Amino acid sequence: MVLAALQAVQDAHGYLSPESVQAIAEYLGVSQNEAYGVASFYAQFKFIRPGRHAVKVCQGTACHVRRSDLVLEAFERELGIENGQTTADGEFSLERVACFGCCALAPVVVVDEDVHARVRMTGVKRLLKKYTGTGRSSEKLVASESDN
Amino acid sequence: MDNHPLINCIAVCSDSGCLSGGGEAVRTALVAALERKGLAQQVEVRATGCFGFCEQGPIIITRPDQTFYVRVKPQDADAIVTQHILGGKIIDRLLYRDAAGVKLPTTEGMGFYAKQRRRILRRVGEIDPEQIDHYLATDGYRALEKALKTMTPESVADEVERSGLRGRGGAGFPTGRKWRMARIAPSNSKEMAGRKFVICNADEGDPGAFMNRSLLEGDPHAVLEGLILAGYAVGAQQGYVYIRAEYPRAVRKIEKAIRQAYERGFLGKNILASGFDFDVETRLGAGAFVCGEETALLQSIEGRRGNPTPRPPFPAQKGLWGCPTTINNVETLANAAPIVLYGADWLNSTGTETSKGTKTFALAGKVRNTGLIEVPLGISLREVIYEIGGGIQNDKTFKLVQIGGPSGGCVPAEHIDKPLDYESLRALGAMVGSGGLVVMDEDNCAVDVAHYFLSFIQAESCGKCPPCRLGTLQMLHILDRIRQGEGEAEDLNRLLTLADAIQKGSLCGLGQTAPNPVLTTLRYFRHEYEAHVIEKRCPGRVCKSLITYSVQSDRCNGCTLCARACPAEAILGDLKQPHSIVIEKCLRCGACLDACNRDAILVN
Ligand SMILES: Cc1cc2nc3c(=O)[nH]c(=O)nc-3n(C[C@H](O)[C@H](O)[C@H](O)COP(=O)(O)O)c2cc1C
Ligand code: FES
Repeated sequence: MVLAALQAVQDAHGYLSPESVQAIAEYLGVSQNEAYGVASFYAQFKFIRPGRHAVKVCQGTACHVRRSDLVLEAFERELGIENGQTTADGEFSLERVACFGCCALAPVVVVDEDVHARVRMTGVKRLLKKYTGTGRSSEKLVASESDN
Repeated sequence: MDNHPLINCIAVCSDSGCLSGGGEAVRTALVAALERKGLAQQVEVRATGCFGFCEQGPIIITRPDQTFYVRVKPQDADAIVTQHILGGKIIDRLLYRDAAGVKLPTTEGMGFYAKQRRRILRRVGEIDPEQIDHYLATDGYRALEKALKTMTPESVADEVERSGLRGRGGAGFPTGRKWRMARIAPSNSKEMAGRKFVICNADEGDPGAFMNRSLLEGDPHAVLEGLILAGYAVGAQQGYVYIRAEYPRAVRKIEKAIRQAYERGFLGKNILASGFDFDVETRLGAGAFVCGEETALLQSIEGRRGNPTPRPPFPAQKGLWGCPTTINNVETLANAAPIVLYGADWLNSTGTETSKGTKTFALAGKVRNTGLIEVPLGISLREVIYEIGGGIQNDKTFKLVQIGGPSGGCVPAEHIDKPLDYESLRALGAMVGSGGLVVMDEDNCAVDVAHYFLSFIQAESCGKCPPCRLGTLQMLHILDRIRQGEGEAEDLNRLLTLADAIQKGSLCGLGQTAPNPVLTTLRYFRHEYEAHVIEKRCPGRVCKSLITYSVQSDRCNGCTLCARACPAEAILGDLKQPHSIVIEKCLRCGACLDACNRDAILVN
């Protein structure tokens, strides 16, 4: 089961390094080509080390019609990176995702495990500030309209 | 102290949607507030599934009086306990206020609920989904007992066929017939002769829909019981729930339900002493839209890339590891138990001639009331948008509703009185799909919407069929050009030609339906395409190359908010003097529009 093995390794490391894909391929007795073929097919798999804080900006339909494209651009500008990248200091990585399933709260941004609802472009800077220099947050920061 | 609580249960929505709005903190605060008053034993704080009205979340409902409190905050917990639970006084400020400003203490009289029929969702919001006893107390697993003790597998399939149930995952294929096909198919693969499989499709890849997730989180046993019934009807020994890894809470809930069902003897060997053996496992999807398609899903469960395969052979003949396999959507399966237990009439007493029963939809976008709804099939779009949805936000004008996700299409305002059923939607170029309903207003652009879905599909195309892989890319290039004001009149015909080739030349449903969002917008909003191509104008004021931002000097009071928000330093002006935007520098990022609280920014 190539897929299940990749999922287990990504769960443990947060991403798939070239070494780990090689190890999985050897362990299962398949070619590296095949292992990469499966890994690159599924959006779940990451090939670069994630930042300390993972910023995920929803680009699902409901968020899109409430202009999440502009929200994503605001994050790109603020962080100086593009979708799919990690900042040089390793603090933030930025990713677009399709629908968190809380479309009623669009546009939605998830940082680590915290869901931020109805995010506005003007709130992006303040939102990031909450996380800068902090470890990976475990407790839930409650987000509301006025908050961000 | 004589504390006599008047309330014995507070239901707190613990669906992912409300949790993100702070529902978890509300629940903890309520538990703590009850403890402080020594009421922890007398009043249950129940974590339930979604009440549907997500726009108003976090929501709590007190029982038995059914008071409906909205947008509850943790700091409201003490007031709820002392005033309401002990004092019997309803807290006015936490009540929902309808469009006319009337405060409503219960769901009675709420437009959002009046036209809904919560049948599949009847337990969602009522029971604690993690307690199998709650499920059992509400007729849970009685259908399974009835089937195993009094019905043959054939008669289970017959009853489902008589009900008129059609698949809720997209194509609307009659479920009873699907089960019968797999039942009679011989299982003669070399290694696994005699084996058959049933699969619950919980991939829910539509990027604007969450009905299946809510159902799995709010009533997982209902889906599981349906899967076991399908297994019995088909003659399968093994079931899989194929669920997206992006839904961690739903995964936990269904896995817990599976463990409980084993403990109580509803899964495993010799279920309810009937001689029927059946096992269920979960398999996690890894974020590929095409894996919702049944042949790709089979590849993915077998651990490979999810490339679709040609049909025939159909999964009912040769599915997982070459064995006959039935694949059903989450909601389809949730219909099975009540049909078996209460009879075919339970379903076919609602709906239309050819579309029986109810359907859940994720209502999102520009309506006032967004959330999870369940309506009888055949209800009009007008009722859904204006009565349940409460009309368009900020009194804007309704433009279109996108139904069925990336494979679906757009329905424009002129067809708003059409019924929501399989045939009518297909005739309009859309489809029921799994149930995403995204409403758009005058500020949305039809070309942009088409571009949005096509770019999604283009990225998700598995690449196997060149017409789908290359054709969608070419269409995307053309749409990009049109959005940038560089489109030509001939482009519209080119889009139609490419769409036709993609529909005809693709193996699976992804490619065959990929052009739908473009085709329906072209059919109903050709004038908008033409405005982009000929007049170089975007009527929805979305496409960046075709719009400009400016400040209306008569409205601007020079508060400098916009200038400070502008990332490009494109806004000039002194304090308390009207500002202006330097068009050459403007990124059209919308920051000023967002920052201004005097409505002084004009987009043209
Ligand atoms: C690209 C594509 C994506 C699909 N995604 C889903 C999905 O997420 N969930 C689902 O139940 N069906 C999905 N389907 C439909 C399935 O192929 C299949 O028809 C369905 O699961 C059958 O179940 P039903 O008869 O109960 O509707 C998809 C089809 C296509 C072509
Ligand atoms: S579209 Fe963003 S949460 Fe669903």
